[in-house]
Amino acid sequence: MDYDVIIGFEIHAELKTATKLFCDCEVTYGAPQNTHICPLCTGQPGSLPVLNKKAVEFCVRAGLAMNCSINKYSLFARKNYFYPDLPKGYQISQYELPLCENGYIIINGDDGEAYPVGIKRIHLEEDAGKLVHSSQSISSSEYSLADYNRSGIPLIEIVTDHTTNPMRSVKEARNYLEKIRQILRYIEVSDCTIEKGQFRCDVNISLKKKGSPSYGNRAEIKNMTSFKFISEALEYEIKRQSKLLKEGKKIEQETRLYNEEKKITLPMRSKEDAPDYRYFPDPDLIELELEKEFINEIRKTNPVLPDELLNLITEKYKVSQEDAYLLTRNKAVANFFTECAPHSDDNKKLARWIINNLLKHLEENSLTIESVKIKPKDFASLINLIVKGEVTDRVGKTVLEEMIASGKSPEVIIDAKGLKPIEDTKELNKFVDDAFSAHPEVVEQIQSGETKAINVLIGQVMRSSKGKANANKLRELILERIEKE
Amino acid sequence: MELCDHSAAELGRKLRSKEISAKEIAGSVLKRIEEKDKQYNAFITLTDELALKQAEEVDKKISQNENLSPLAGIPVAIKDNICTKGIATTCGSKILEGYIPPYSSTAVQNLIDDGALIIGKTNLDQFGMGSSTENSHFGPTKNPHNPEYVPGGSSGGSATAVALGESVLAIGTDTGGSVRMPAAFCGVVGMKPTYGRISRYGVVAYASSLDQVGGFGRNVGDTALVLDSICSYDKNDSTSANLPKPNFYPSLKPDLKNLKIGLPKEYFVEGIDTRIKEKILAAVKLLEENGAEVHEVFLPHTKYAISTYYLIATAEASSNLARFDGVRFGYRAKEDVTDLTTMYEKTRSEGFGKEVIRRIMLGSYVLSAGYYDAYYLKAQKVRALIQHDLESAFEKVDCIITPVTPTLPFKIGEKNEDPLQMYLEDIFTVSLNLAGLPGISLNCGYVNEFPVGFQIIGKAFDETTILNTAYAYEQLHSNNK
Repeated sequence: MDYDVIIGFEIHAELKTATKLFCDCEVTYGAPQNTHICPLCTGQPGSLPVLNKKAVEFCVRAGLAMNCSINKYSLFARKNYFYPDLPKGYQISQYELPLCENGYIIINGDDGEAYPVGIKRIHLEEDAGKLVHSSQSISSSEYSLADYNRSGIPLIEIVTDHTTNPMRSVKEARNYLEKIRQILRYIEVSDCTIEKGQFRCDVNISLKKKGSPSYGNRAEIKNMTSFKFISEALEYEIKRQSKLLKEGKKIEQETRLYNEEKKITLPMRSKEDAPDYRYFPDPDLIELELEKEFINEIRKTNPVLPDELLNLITEKYKVSQEDAYLLTRNKAVANFFTECAPHSDDNKKLARWIINNLLKHLEENSLTIESVKIKPKDFASLINLIVKGEVTDRVGKTVLEEMIASGKSPEVIIDAKGLKPIEDTKELNKFVDDAFSAHPEVVEQIQSGETKAINVLIGQVMRSSKGKANANKLRELILERIEKE
Repeated sequence: MELCDHSAAELGRKLRSKEISAKEIAGSVLKRIEEKDKQYNAFITLTDELALKQAEEVDKKISQNENLSPLAGIPVAIKDNICTKGIATTCGSKILEGYIPPYSSTAVQNLIDDGALIIGKTNLDQFGMGSSTENSHFGPTKNPHNPEYVPGGSSGGSATAVALGESVLAIGTDTGGSVRMPAAFCGVVGMKPTYGRISRYGVVAYASSLDQVGGFGRNVGDTALVLDSICSYDKNDSTSANLPKPNFYPSLKPDLKNLKIGLPKEYFVEGIDTRIKEKILAAVKLLEENGAEVHEVFLPHTKYAISTYYLIATAEASSNLARFDGVRFGYRAKEDVTDLTTMYEKTRSEGFGKEVIRRIMLGSYVLSAGYYDAYYLKAQKVRALIQHDLESAFEKVDCIITPVTPTLPFKIGEKNEDPLQMYLEDIFTVSLNLAGLPGISLNCGYVNEFPVGFQIIGKAFDETTILNTAYAYEQLHSNNK
């Protein structure tokens, strides 16, 4: 491509605190409309905000996980604008002195290297309510209904620093989003479910001709409801902006909306129309001062981060980088692995079995690892049995399914279902006899030097023994018999 | 003398000795309202049924010899910008038409818990914005000493009700002088304690960093009584001071020994009515003759107080009043509303009074991009200087005495066309709000039929000193008469 790209994000993540940011109302999703509201979160005259300490803790946790400095003093400000979902006519947010500043997170760069993307700030603010229009939009609707259950739910806003390693491609943008979401889930401050509106982002993008000293104006794109749409919107913007640059035209600084159906972005408002939010410090809230011990306590108890777990799995357990990456995408899966590993004889095989069999089964049946009964120690036992050849891969899969369903140990299942491998020479020889008399031509092939043909005989025995024959022992017996004949 | 003309302390004694009943007290007050309020218009809403029911409960407790708090059975009127659960709270504005709060303010709840009789909701300048109680959707309140004159504002309804015996006590709010100023114009006692003493929870915000609830009584003791009830730490207000409940009334002492009084030179210069100045200097002299020392203090930034106040107060107001948008409660314009923006515009221009709109516009301007530093931020800096002036003065003295207003009560309508003249009425009161300090306003005589008040300012959270000084003055003054 002839153009360099800079991409930045403003991400809003809903915190999963028990109560709202400034009142005692429960944080819920999908509850009947206006059942979790009070004078404060409906903007009744005279109501006053009282800060939720847990939300501050969660924001600091995110800040620490993203290598930010935590401000000892921070301020809440009012962002003033009118909209029916905003009951007070202003949103309590942070403007000057946010809780967290100047951090970074490491993503996989397009060059294959670790790439530290700069985070300018992470601040705490309240969510607005939700409007339901009788038609497409508020202006075309006969009426609109307001639900204030969401009003006042705590959000953190994570803003990238476009002067410190901004993303350079759509792929890096995608990596950034996934990493942010992964971190927030690991530190258990947000579920980040996009469909529930718990993870929302605005993206900005600007281009310059390769070699040109300065970038063009940036366009901000709003209203994207999935990672896929964000990628599509960015790809469209790169095309649109590079075409304008090629034609020598100027790129307007503006806010655009993504249209999912047409897969294009459309202008929403220009820089001149940008609203003046008249920010000022909220006089209802005193300056927030964090005790050193409060921050230290969070630092001490902050849960393990994805990169730390990945390093542990590759270094201590010697699992390949690729497999470790797949295991750590979900914290519960990674934890399952680290709980299995001390009991396992072969960690690489353990990792493969989790990825290829366990996760696949869970995905196909829409299950989560937290919801199934399987115990890590039992799972490790199963892998050990397979490694020893005491259970074949095929039987292993059957046993695994039963383990997932019942939570029983592999030994119990194998016993009860008669899945124990056939080890007895006499019994195995009966199967070998049958195979030899059924396929004399194969026996001849082997005798004439085509040793690979032995697999046909092994396969035949496996079929007739329903996969229970001990494969190693079976091979020995067949070879012995060939030599005798 | 009717029961409603007695002091709260006296009524309390008579109740406890079973000489009178709470129901009789309520009846006396309601009768006075019936006789006078058509003319003086102190009340927007009467809560006579509630007051009678509360009186019955108090009487029942008395008959069962239960313990009563000092305010039990005492009528209290509530300024109508303080939320009362289930009772209309209008802020004197059309925009809150039909609004009934789902909760009570902490101050009102404290009064109810103490057994006070809630008589009704009193008139005010819309949202507390004004100095005359003329800016009300429900018509002006009249001065109790001459109904052609204003009672001061914005808590003019509360001050008038107490002065006329339409209530025994009242509460109001004071953002720039709105308790102390009408107290002076009506000849009663009004006090605003330190910012943080009384919870603002449930008080409809005008300017959050300046608003403070205050109390009215016909003497210092009664005022201390009502403050003892409404002062409390409240976890629902982040700016509330975490202090134990005060005992202002029981600890009142008329003691002037070693008391150092400061007189700020800047407050007695041009612009002040000389008749007021004379009365106040006479009051200071009386205190000096009875043991107090008088010192000159300097408050050099006083001249910037009004500008600073109107920048900060209007900025905060422009944001605080954004919630009155016609969406969830109160008035909503219905004629010719074609879209959301016209709904907002028409609702707010029809619902708010002229003065409120003026202040919202001024405040929005002050906070606008490009003007914020020059106005809001600079005002905050000057506010710090004014605070510093007062702190320095209080290193030398225990309290400061000043006038409350530069003029005597003026005629209704007299200053309506000149908002700046009206703003200057607050010149001696706003500095306390900017600094968060306590102040009491009490009578020191009359010019013709009009009362003259003076103000005693105290150190932060040292309400006791100014109450004791006021109490001592009150006794000396009545002996002098």
